[in-house]
Amino acid sequence: MAIASSPSVVSGSSSDRWQILRLLVTRKTVLISLIVLIVLVGAAALAPWIAPFDPYKLSIMNRLKAPGSLHWFGTDDFGRDVFSRVIYGGRLSLTVGFMVVVLSSALGILLGLVAGFFRGADKVVSRLIDAMMAFPDILLAISLVAALGPSLSNVIIALGIVYAPRLARIVRASTLVIRELPFVEAARALGVPTRRIVTVHVLRNLMSPLLVQGTFTFAYAILAEAGLSFLGVGVSPDIPTWGTMINGGQQYMGTADWIMVFPGIAIVLAVMSLQLVGDGLRDVLDPRLRKEL
Amino acid sequence: MHDTMQTQSERDVVLSVQGLKTWFHSRDGVAKSVDGVTFDLARGETLAIVGESGSGKSVTSLSIMGLLAKPAGRIEAGKILLRDRKGQEHDLAQASAATMRRIRGAEIAMIFQEPMTSLNPLYTVGDQIAEAIVQHEGGTKAAALRRAQALLERVEIPAAARRVNEYPHQMSGGMRQRVMIALALACNPSVLIADEPTTALDVTVQAQILDLLRRLQAESGMSILFVTHNLGVVAEIAHRVVVMYAGRVVEDAGVNDLFDRPTHPYTQGLLSCIPTAALLASRQRLAPIPGNVPSVTALPAGCTFAPRCPLASAQCTAAVPELIPVRPAHHARCIKVLASADAEVSHA
Repeated sequence: MAIASSPSVVSGSSSDRWQILRLLVTRKTVLISLIVLIVLVGAAALAPWIAPFDPYKLSIMNRLKAPGSLHWFGTDDFGRDVFSRVIYGGRLSLTVGFMVVVLSSALGILLGLVAGFFRGADKVVSRLIDAMMAFPDILLAISLVAALGPSLSNVIIALGIVYAPRLARIVRASTLVIRELPFVEAARALGVPTRRIVTVHVLRNLMSPLLVQGTFTFAYAILAEAGLSFLGVGVSPDIPTWGTMINGGQQYMGTADWIMVFPGIAIVLAVMSLQLVGDGLRDVLDPRLRKEL
Repeated sequence: MHDTMQTQSERDVVLSVQGLKTWFHSRDGVAKSVDGVTFDLARGETLAIVGESGSGKSVTSLSIMGLLAKPAGRIEAGKILLRDRKGQEHDLAQASAATMRRIRGAEIAMIFQEPMTSLNPLYTVGDQIAEAIVQHEGGTKAAALRRAQALLERVEIPAAARRVNEYPHQMSGGMRQRVMIALALACNPSVLIADEPTTALDVTVQAQILDLLRRLQAESGMSILFVTHNLGVVAEIAHRVVVMYAGRVVEDAGVNDLFDRPTHPYTQGLLSCIPTAALLASRQRLAPIPGNVPSVTALPAGCTFAPRCPLASAQCTAAVPELIPVRPAHHARCIKVLASADAEVSHA
C-alpha cells in the first residue's frame, strides 16, 4: 500500500498542475476566454506576418474609409489601416498591461505583507500608501514619467508605482485577517519561522483577491498608458497602441466611430477574457472550490 | 510539606512552571491574566488545567509556547523550565526567538480547540505534516511525505495512503483533529499541550480522541498538558489536576483526590455544577456558583474568589492566601482549609 502510493506522493505537484489545467478548460467560459487571449497575444506577436497593411503608411486618398472588404476595420483620419494598427497596437498595450501588473503586484505584495504582518512597519508603510493614494493616478504617473523621462519602460515603471498602493492595501487587509486565523498560530506552534509563514501560508491564501485586483490593474494600465501618450508623456502618438488609437479617434466619434470602436473592442476582449481566466484560476487554485467544478 | 517536597523531587519532571506571571498591558490598565502559577509536569503524565473562561488557563499554555500576542502580553516573572530530550534545561520564559522556534513542534507541540480552522485550507494534510518534519529534521519532501502517511496511520485515520493527499475540507472535524494530533506528533515531542482539543467535537468523537491520546501517550511516554473547562473530560484523561481561578492556581491534586475530596470552595462549586443521575432523579436544581469570574483588570483584594464564596469572611479579603498543603500532593489556596483539615485530622 505504502509502496504503491509513494510515486503519486512524490510526483504530486506536477500531476496537480495537470489536474488544474484540465479543470480550468472544462468550463466553457474559461476555455473561450483562454482562446481569445491566445488569439490576441498570438496576433500581437505575429503582427508583421498577419497585418495586411503597414500600420504607419499614410494615405490621404483613403482617409476615414468605413470598414469594408479591403480595410476590414476601416481607415483612420490619416488613411492608416485600423485592422493592422489594432494588431500592432496589441504588442505595446498587452506588454504595458502585463508588465504593470507584474511590477505593481511585486511592489504591492511586498509592501502589503510587511504592513500586514509587522505592526511596527505598518505605521510607516500605511502612511506611505495613504500619501501615494492621495495623488490622482494620472497626475502621479505624469510626474513620475516627467522625472524619469518619456519612454515605454518608464511608463511601465511609473504605472507600476502608481497602482502598487491599491494592491498593497488589499494585501495588507487580507493579511491582517489571515494572520489571526488559527492555522497561522498552529504553524507557529509547530516551529515554522515567520518568513515561511508569510511567504507560504499567508501568500497562498491571498491569491483570490490578488487575481481579481490584478485583472483590474491590467485594464487600468492599458487605459492609463493611452492617457499618458495622449498627454505627450507616453509613447509617440504615431506609434499604435489601443489607447492612443482611441484617443486619436475621439474627434471622429460621430462620423467615423470605427477608429475607436475596434481598439475599444480589443481592450474589452483582452480585459474580459483575462478576468474570466483569472476567475477560473482562482476557483481551481482553491481546493475548497475545486470540488464544485 | 516535607512529604510533598520529597515526592516532587522523585518525579521525573519534564516541564516545570514556577511562579509564572503573564500580564497584558493595554490602555485600560494591566490585565494580570496569569498571576503566579506554579506546577510540574512529569514524564508520561497528563496534567489537566481546569478553569472557566478568563481563568488564565489558555494564557498559561500560550506562555509556555511563546505564542503570546506581543507586545501587549509579556511574561513579567517566573520560570518555565523545560528539560529537552538531551537532558538540557531551558527557561522558556527567557528563551530567544530562535530557541523557541527550535523547541516548538520538536520538544513541545500543541493542538488547538478548532480543528476546522487550524489547518491551512490550501495545502494537503500530507504537505502540512511534511512541512513540520522538514522544518525540524531536514531531509527530502518525499521522505517526509512517507512519514506523514505513517503518522496518519498512527492516529488511526483509515485509508491513510489516500487521505495524505486530501485537503482539510474533505475531512470531518474528528478526522481533522486526528490530523492535528499527527502534526503535533510529527517530531516526537516530549510535551503535548492540548488546548480544549475536544470542545468543538461531538461527544462520541470526543471519546475517540481521548482514547487516541491515551494510547499515544502509553506508546511514546510523552507528557500531556490538557487545558479544559470540562470536568468530565478531566476525569477521563488526567492523572493530576490544577484548578485555576482568575489567574491563580486555587487547588492542585491527583485526579481521584480532587473528585473525592475537593477542598477549595471553588472546586467544590465546580463539581456541584455537574449534573449527576442521582441529582436528576431527585429533581433538585443544580447549584451554580453565584456571580462571574472577576475581570483580570480589576481583581478583588485578597482571595479573588471571596466575593462568590459561601464561606468568605473579612479575613479572606485581608491578604492573598497561600497554597496550603492539605494532603500529600494536594494543595488548596484557601485559609478556611486549615480549619477543616485540622478537623479532619482530629476526627481521624
